[in-house]
Amino acid sequence: MFQASALNDRNARIQRRWRLLFLVMTLLLILPVAIILGLLVHHGAPVISWSFLFEFPRQGMTAGGIFPALLGTIFLVSLALVFSVPLGIAAAIYLSEYARDNWLTRAINLAIINLAGVPSIVHALFGVGAFVLFFRFGTSILAASLTLGIMALPVVIVSTRESLQAVPRAFREACWALGATRWQTIRKVVLPNSVSGILTGVILEVSRTAGETAPIMFTGAAFFLPFLPESVYDQTMALSLHLFVLSTQVPGVPEGVPYGVALVLIAIVLSMNALSIGFRMVLRGRKRW
Amino acid sequence: MDVDLDVKRGIITSLIGPSGCGKSTLLRCVNRINERLGYVRTEGLVEVLGHDAYDPQVDLSQLRRQVGMVFQRPNPLPISIRDNILFGQRMHEPDSPDLAGSAADDVVESALREVLLWDGVKDHLDRAATSLSLEEQQKLCIARLLPLKPSLILMDEPCSALDPKATAVIEDLIWKLRGDYTIILVTHNMAQARRASDECAFMLMGRMIEHRKTDDLFVTPKDQRTADYIEGRYG
Repeated sequence: MFQASALNDRNARIQRRWRLLFLVMTLLLILPVAIILGLLVHHGAPVISWSFLFEFPRQGMTAGGIFPALLGTIFLVSLALVFSVPLGIAAAIYLSEYARDNWLTRAINLAIINLAGVPSIVHALFGVGAFVLFFRFGTSILAASLTLGIMALPVVIVSTRESLQAVPRAFREACWALGATRWQTIRKVVLPNSVSGILTGVILEVSRTAGETAPIMFTGAAFFLPFLPESVYDQTMALSLHLFVLSTQVPGVPEGVPYGVALVLIAIVLSMNALSIGFRMVLRGRKRW
Repeated sequence: MDVDLDVKRGIITSLIGPSGCGKSTLLRCVNRINERLGYVRTEGLVEVLGHDAYDPQVDLSQLRRQVGMVFQRPNPLPISIRDNILFGQRMHEPDSPDLAGSAADDVVESALREVLLWDGVKDHLDRAATSLSLEEQQKLCIARLLPLKPSLILMDEPCSALDPKATAVIEDLIWKLRGDYTIILVTHNMAQARRASDECAFMLMGRMIEHRKTDDLFVTPKDQRTADYIEGRYG
């Protein structure tokens, strides 16, 4: 009984072959990541030192460190967060908890999807037009951060909305049925149970924003500055642009230096990702349903 | 929907009928929890304690305080047992003296005692309510309504997620609350309607077919459709 026929054997062989193909394809995925990281560490690690991280570039950026660029990236990203996180979370709460399914909501959703699909160089042009010229912020940290913030907005909205939606509807109904208002429900039940997801989204946003080059190139990031910015109306250097400049615009840069910059940049991004994963694990462990 | 139903105070009225006949929808009209769904339109008159629940003057929060609801799946909030009991009152009267210190303990104890849950949980009131068994969770969901002193409790198939033993326990509990509260019990379990209600209303395809004393409805149904349903010819 139940012995395999010749056809069954053939089917099983074919199915094994397909499985192998898919497995190989999946493993191929790891390859670029491994090569990139390996290359960066191999070439970049030797140049990393305290002085590399905390000194100004010298001799036409062929020597010295990357401190102004490192600090500039931190400024740009933090300020972008200040704009995009409150706005994005508020919009996500509205869309998830208040908005009814009507044409307005659908239009807003469509706008968010489209905003997410706008290429970063187009964001850059928008930033020049809107913030640099129209609002007269000039090429400045403010203009660059606003541009980055707008670019990050859809990410924050979508990830926040998803975390809010992940809170079971039963909790909301339980609250409403007890006479809680919409806001009381959000405040007491929905937010406390979605904060881990929201934070994860925000941290991932940080890691994406930190690496962006195009949006800041025209709006506030400088080729080289001999001093640190003093206000948000100053320009700043940034790691991503610095990497571009060193690799393409400056002659005589020692080979390891661009790799060193790239390594620092990717270290920031990866540590942010690691932080978000850690966050999620801790908070998920505490989740009570 | 075409429904005319008069629910008498202090007794248990059960709503029976095949799936999709509108029992739950009708129930959800009473505390107006239906209307959040964008596609719902409610027409007609729903009176609670003699007042129109759909009067523009009505505050949803006050209405739902008077009209508690127990859901099909136990849905305690993901906070401690104690906080679940106090949740409603904290929402409605944040400054109430009942919420301070030992007064709050009394509120919690009496609510849990009333649903026969106190002895099982009194030593770990700070445990997450979601860690309780389903039966205990459903008891807790009933208990958390009591500090608000509702006059009417809507129960939407409160035992359908429970095993037979837990069902019996919850039915006993519902029976025990009879008299202090007016209860509307939606169920698709005819035996349960028979066991645990004073009056019974049979609905079919959004229409109220028959509403009588439970014993009469099951023994001598007047309408042929009722008779066929309780004999199990459809549904």
